[in-house]
Amino acid sequence: MWIYEKKLQHPVRIEKCDLRMAKYLYTQYGGPDGELSAAIRYLNQRYTIPTKEAKALLTDIGTEELAHVEMIATMIYQLTEGASVEELEAAGLGSNYAIRERALFPADANGVPWTAAYIQAHADPVADLHEDMAAEQKARTVYENLLDLTDDPGMKDALRFLREREVVHFQRFGEALRIVQEYKESKKIF
Amino acid sequence: MKHHDREALLRQIQEVEFATLELNLYLDTHPTDNNALIQYNQLSNQLLMLKQQYDMCYGPLLNFGFSPSQYPFRWIEGPWPWERQY
Repeated sequence: MWIYEKKLQHPVRIEKCDLRMAKYLYTQYGGPDGELSAAIRYLNQRYTIPTKEAKALLTDIGTEELAHVEMIATMIYQLTEGASVEELEAAGLGSNYAIRERALFPADANGVPWTAAYIQAHADPVADLHEDMAAEQKARTVYENLLDLTDDPGMKDALRFLREREVVHFQRFGEALRIVQEYKESKKIF
Repeated sequence: MKHHDREALLRQIQEVEFATLELNLYLDTHPTDNNALIQYNQLSNQLLMLKQQYDMCYGPLLNFGFSPSQYPFRWIEGPWPWERQY
């Protein structure tokens, strides 16, 4: 069960219209290292993870990732909301307009639709948690790339917040991995 | 109530909830850290009070019965989080 809160996790204040940036932001909406991939990855892995700490962590971080999907979507929505067709075309969003006008769609920056092929699950907690840690590092580096591409203070604030969350999640997954390894050691069956 | 009052209360909720979320993730892997747990419970109470204040002044913050509503059902009223007026 999930409950919706009518608020963003962190404020989004877009000060200038930058359609080029809206296109790039799509990578964190429906791209391989994006927030949707993260949410689905963790919420799907939790069913077969053995320790209570990791069950809670995958549930909680997976839930937080849904709030990040909302932040990224809000940024894209606000950046594209009032744009003219000519402006969208000039920013490389003409093909998106042709298919769906100004509707959002979980795709990467090149318009490639989101796919579950971006994520994995193995029931092996060591394999799964390593994937999760790698995913957080990949998302961190994507946020750093995006930060290089904008100088808008509002955009930078939101991107910095999201980048920092990747660092915290990596740390927590590392702790969950240590606990899982201790658990496996205590069972000594392979 | 003025728009900036709503925004300020919302910002306060975002700040306190950020702290409880962060402590929650920490406690997931450190369940016996009692100092962190005390802080988590204190902030959880503070968050509940702020949310009740928000519900009363600006309409339901949560759906499915977690926030009461005045007449007519205020949940459907904007601004929604993705809208500029939000």
